[in-house]
Amino acid sequence: MNTLIKQGHVIDPANGRDGIFDILIEGDKISNVAENINKKTEKVLNAENKIVAPGLIDMHVHLREPGREDIETVASGTRAALSGGITSLACMPNTYPAIDSAREIERLKAIIEKDAAARVFITAAITKGRAGKEITDIKALKKEGAVAVSDDGEETQDASIMLEALKKAKENDILLISHCENKKVSKDGVMNEGVIATILGLRGIPKKAEYEFVERDIKLAGKAKAKIHIAHVSAKKSVEIIRKAKKEGISVTAEATPHHFSLEENACRTYDTRAKINPPLRSSDDIDAVKEGLKDGTIDVIASDHAPHGKHEKEIEFDMAAFGIIGLETSLALAIANLIDKKIISWKKLIELMSVNPAGILGLKNKGRFSAGADADITIIDPEKEWVYAKDSIRSKSKNSPFINRRFKGKAISVIVGGKVFEGL
Amino acid sequence: MALMKSLYARNRDNMTVKKPVIWTKKDLLGLEYLTKEEIELILDSAASFKEVLARPLRKVPTLRGKTIVNLFYEPSTRTRTSFELAAKRLSADVITIQRESSSIQKGETLIDTGRNLAALKIDIIVVRHNSSGAAVMLSRALDISIVNAGDGWHEHPTQALLDILTLKEKRGRVRGLNVSIIGDIAHSRVARSNIWGLTKLGANVTVCAPKKLIPAGIEKLGVNVTTNVDEAIQKADAINILRMQFERDEKKAFPSRMAYFKTYGITEERLKKAKKNIIVMHPGPINRGVELSAEVADGANSVILEQVTNGIAVRMAVLYLVSTAKKEK
Repeated sequence: MNTLIKQGHVIDPANGRDGIFDILIEGDKISNVAENINKKTEKVLNAENKIVAPGLIDMHVHLREPGREDIETVASGTRAALSGGITSLACMPNTYPAIDSAREIERLKAIIEKDAAARVFITAAITKGRAGKEITDIKALKKEGAVAVSDDGEETQDASIMLEALKKAKENDILLISHCENKKVSKDGVMNEGVIATILGLRGIPKKAEYEFVERDIKLAGKAKAKIHIAHVSAKKSVEIIRKAKKEGISVTAEATPHHFSLEENACRTYDTRAKINPPLRSSDDIDAVKEGLKDGTIDVIASDHAPHGKHEKEIEFDMAAFGIIGLETSLALAIANLIDKKIISWKKLIELMSVNPAGILGLKNKGRFSAGADADITIIDPEKEWVYAKDSIRSKSKNSPFINRRFKGKAISVIVGGKVFEGL
Repeated sequence: MALMKSLYARNRDNMTVKKPVIWTKKDLLGLEYLTKEEIELILDSAASFKEVLARPLRKVPTLRGKTIVNLFYEPSTRTRTSFELAAKRLSADVITIQRESSSIQKGETLIDTGRNLAALKIDIIVVRHNSSGAAVMLSRALDISIVNAGDGWHEHPTQALLDILTLKEKRGRVRGLNVSIIGDIAHSRVARSNIWGLTKLGANVTVCAPKKLIPAGIEKLGVNVTTNVDEAIQKADAINILRMQFERDEKKAFPSRMAYFKTYGITEERLKKAKKNIIVMHPGPINRGVELSAEVADGANSVILEQVTNGIAVRMAVLYLVSTAKKEK
């Protein structure tokens, strides 16, 4: 099917476009972008007063399948993604079993083939069973299609294993994503260390638990001459370390989640387990530093760290509750509310953070841009649309979000995935 | 009615025209959540109930027909017995349930247990739990009254109330008094409740602990912080000595009980440098020779056993107030 998108405000930073254009899609590819295209197509989308961007890419998502289909599946997670304007995502390997072998990738690919509404890329494990001991067959994982490796949630604590893994990643030209957490420091902490944790009588997670390992892993990556991507940066000092490393020419990229630049630790003040997340929500100076990092390019990507959990894992005592927030359906809206509306970044920058850069970091050559022949993955955003993130409307199987009932302005109203149009989101 | 009359009389005796404070809360979750006036109302009510304890027949019909469940997930002798006696002195029916620590692996969750108790048509749950926030969580889930008998490191409001009542009895006031809380501040719900209560009533609070046991940002609660016990004692009108919990000293703040006693233990020698009439409090159970010497525990300045007696009066007041709460609008 061919589709013509008429008169949208096209933001295509990779090609330097930021103005009113028509986009012609033929089959599953972008065929032409021009000021005025007159061609008869089966479908015409009027995009006047709408922003038309290369499909958003969320490179940090937990789809929970296989193993925890009770809280999320490839089917439900990708539908949540589309609803949030996300056309591609990379899923983390902390499933049951973990995605730590070519065979597991193959099995997951079969599920994706069958059930996925959005494009799903696979991040495989660094170590077998994500146990931090024995490195996986990274060559085989890459060959089977993994776009990155990560032990997300269970940082490789042993520096020598991390170094070895980085060398293997370098050899096989695959990205290593590091969940920076020194468990000797974070221990059994459940929220940010500070006066709020002290008042609540909850164990604190010092910022040091994160930035010490950001520093360590960047050093190790430098040593291995490997690329490294730092997941969910939350602390001011981590931002400073990454900024310095980039200046020194180390090949490091980083992401921040919408909740880490939208919410302070105060969100835990009433023992609200929906705000329990790892790394934890931090203080206002950290939030400012993360925003500054997004603005100045220290942080390259906004990723949701979409982490579904069931009611029985969240509606319990705070110290026992699971860590995590769902984010696929709110990440764009939170970025608009807290970055664009607050005049911290432009729309162009937002599209870089949510499409161009993740495509580049994951090596997805035909994404993140409207070049002729690129994949027809498109997100159409109505920046004026007002909506409420109502519990009943959540596409994800899990509802663990502190943003429920929040009013937003700006929403993806249509997405196109490989030429297939999804309207009325 | 007799109680209300005596409260009124007390106010008149003090020659202050107090606006009558109406108790509106169904729960007592912590002193953080109370106003100064509400804390004073509990203390005044407790003073009235203390008169009951002095009678030959120590029982009033105030809560006849009410049912109270003590739901204890942590071992406790003093607090549990005190709450049981308080309920019985008020003629309430009382049941005590002792549980292993709640956990998701061990079946029924705290909220489910609470819902089941509520379905059994009881009036008040007195809950002691190892998780901070457990009482808050229970109160959000249930319409019946919740009284926090200690949750994790968060709060132990009735303990602080009985400490403050004791202090007030001894000095006639709380405002302006220098009170030092000494010991494992980091893991102490007693410390937190005392900080809220004492600062709200206008006392000057100092916390004193080894560096590793001073929790982050505690100074933001309006307290002085020191690691030097002699400094903490020097100007104090009262000291509240916390039990050093060696069984869960994860941070290895001290190598041994003996080392702790040497550096932080309250001894007669140390008290020589303090005010002569310094009040020595301890929430119990005391470890003689660890956080304080036997001589100090049994000495003239010690009010430790009076605290225990006041505990019943305070808990009677709390059970009475929450069960007669005017609905919050």
